[in-house]
Amino acid sequence: MRWFNALIMLLFVALMLYATVDLPDHADPQSPANTHVSPTYIENSVKDTHTPNIVTAVLADYRGYDTLGETMVIFTAGLACVLILMKRKER
Amino acid sequence: MIKQHYQSIIVQTICSLLIPFIQLFALYVIIHGHYGPGGGFQGGVLLAVSIILQRLYLGTGIAHQKFPPKLALALGAIGMLIFCLAGIVPMAFGGAFLDYGNLPLFWIHGAELRAAGILIVEIGIGLAVFGALVLIFDSLAGERW
Repeated sequence: MRWFNALIMLLFVALMLYATVDLPDHADPQSPANTHVSPTYIENSVKDTHTPNIVTAVLADYRGYDTLGETMVIFTAGLACVLILMKRKER
Repeated sequence: MIKQHYQSIIVQTICSLLIPFIQLFALYVIIHGHYGPGGGFQGGVLLAVSIILQRLYLGTGIAHQKFPPKLALALGAIGMLIFCLAGIVPMAFGGAFLDYGNLPLFWIHGAELRAAGILIVEIGIGLAVFGALVLIFDSLAGERW
């Protein structure tokens, strides 16, 4: 059974290695990730938001809805910890 | 519950010296998120770390008098409320959801107003993360309230 699992893992590794051949090169300017929306952010973020840090501009302004969800997830995790684990004081 | 607080004067002195600087650095990280690495999440974690350090070296009895868990819950909820209001208030002034260009701060305009909106949102994120992490620590430490 162990050898069977190892064989499956090797096949999976081979599949992944085969798939990486088709990925675009690292920092390729013609790759889809670098041609779609990134140039707009890089060119316009200072003009639009007056924020030199593009990461902050994308995180809080262009993708603010995503950040709202993230913050809500973290705060809900804190609330869930309190509701499940904290006990009331006996009075 | 952490009953044993540290009697060592070295630990107490170093911690009480370190905590204000951690909090100052946390504020710097939140406010300076426009210009450098950082932002609400990182600054909130640093603020939470300062409070957790206080809990560790003072023991929960005194530390809960200095900063009760209910205050952490309230601050986290206030941060979440700030973020949601920064989304909803522009809708009342003719913008889209989270459209900081329409926030009712009439003395700033255009891109500056969007930068102010980002700052407001970062403060909200910082408070929410701070409250959540302190609450997680308190509940995992088995506190009662």
